[in-house]
Amino acid sequence: MGGLDHLGFILDTVFHLSAGIPRTLVLAAVSLAIGFVLAVGVAVALLASNPAARKLAAGYVYVFRSSPLLVQIFLIYYGSGQFRGALEVLGLWHFFREAWFCAILALTLNTGAYTSVLIAGGLRSVPWGQIEAAQAVGMSRYRVFASIAFPQALRHALPAYSNEVVLMIKATALASTITLLEITGLAKQLSAETYRPFEVFAAAGIIYIALNGVVAGGFGLVERALQRR
Amino acid sequence: MRMELGVLAWGDGGWGDELARGAMVTIAIASAAYLVGSVLGVLLAAMKLSGSVALRWLATAYTTTLRGMPEMLVIYIVFFGGGALATWIAANILGIRGHVDLPSFAVGVVCIALSVAAYACEVIRGAVLAVPRGQIEAAQAVGMTSLQRNRLVVAPQAFRLALPGMTNVWQFTVKDTALVSIIGVTEVMRSASIGSNATKQPFTFYLAALVIFIVIAYLSQRLFTRLQKSADRGVRWGA
Repeated sequence: MGGLDHLGFILDTVFHLSAGIPRTLVLAAVSLAIGFVLAVGVAVALLASNPAARKLAAGYVYVFRSSPLLVQIFLIYYGSGQFRGALEVLGLWHFFREAWFCAILALTLNTGAYTSVLIAGGLRSVPWGQIEAAQAVGMSRYRVFASIAFPQALRHALPAYSNEVVLMIKATALASTITLLEITGLAKQLSAETYRPFEVFAAAGIIYIALNGVVAGGFGLVERALQRR
Repeated sequence: MRMELGVLAWGDGGWGDELARGAMVTIAIASAAYLVGSVLGVLLAAMKLSGSVALRWLATAYTTTLRGMPEMLVIYIVFFGGGALATWIAANILGIRGHVDLPSFAVGVVCIALSVAAYACEVIRGAVLAVPRGQIEAAQAVGMTSLQRNRLVVAPQAFRLALPGMTNVWQFTVKDTALVSIIGVTEVMRSASIGSNATKQPFTFYLAALVIFIVIAYLSQRLFTRLQKSADRGVRWGA
């Protein structure tokens, strides 16, 4: 096997595996989108004056941040089978037997926990005087949040959030453990067919690095655009 | 729909002892990978802070690659790729036919350590850069050699400054070890899989695994908090 042969095979493999890119991106994008909405709610609960809301939110964040995503995925996908009867009665079994649903649910709950901490940190960074000023001019609680606190919190959290997006794109690889054929799943299949694991997995790695490079670059542009204003 | 916690009992009747053994393996892999990864991280940080363009470039290429791709792929590349390489060496150089399997525990430690190093490098680099410039100038002024300066002035202070970041690195090292279950290391995750296959109670077992990870995270957080307190003794805040 010459070096050129390896390189040619890796290039072919990159093309073959790129069929999985849309699935990887859908997993990441859907989970990030729903997870973000969840995270805003959890962040507000983390900073709420109601101790029950605070404790509940903190408990959720603690559980999902201190356990591996792989355990969370298996708990939802395989674990739900133990309650099949009950889930059928509730009409939910239909969802839980779908690997797609379970992967997105686990990824969403996971990113929701991490992102809520970032948003809560952003909200804490908003100077209290601004909130008081907004209240003094008669803004409603919702207006204070939506037009004063939240936009500044977002801007503050943006650099860390771009890191979270990269981590999530990497995390979607775990969906391959529950039969989904995204980039890593396709790579596992191809590696078993060709007996050339090193080149196949290296090709998959190249795709992830390129995707993450694009994401990091995109966030960098947004950050710079926001700084100019 | 039922959860029989009896399956988690200790001894022959349950899987409690198997899970506990898995937890020990998880802690062993995490500790070994953290140690090796931290040493590699110091080397990488030294490369990034060095005057040599080639060394800086090499270290940056390493951290960009390792942080840009899923840890699971790193494991597959090292385990299967390394196995293929070992088989090739055995066949073509040593003349032994047949497939060579790598020891999965050692491979697991190496794989986790490789990604730990990439993250530790950034933490350590940041900590070294955060040591006040005046300290280094003072060390130079009293005539210390660069080795003395690094050992007596920079390292002790950088250690304290790196601790919060290295605590985070430890926490994700522990979580990353769950991935080595895919190459057959019987840590918590695989112990739980084996138990769940045998008893058909996946939820009970993966919930147990989840709880074990949370307990490890909680206990190690307390340990690191203590370490931080002892590292911070003698530090005047705001000085």
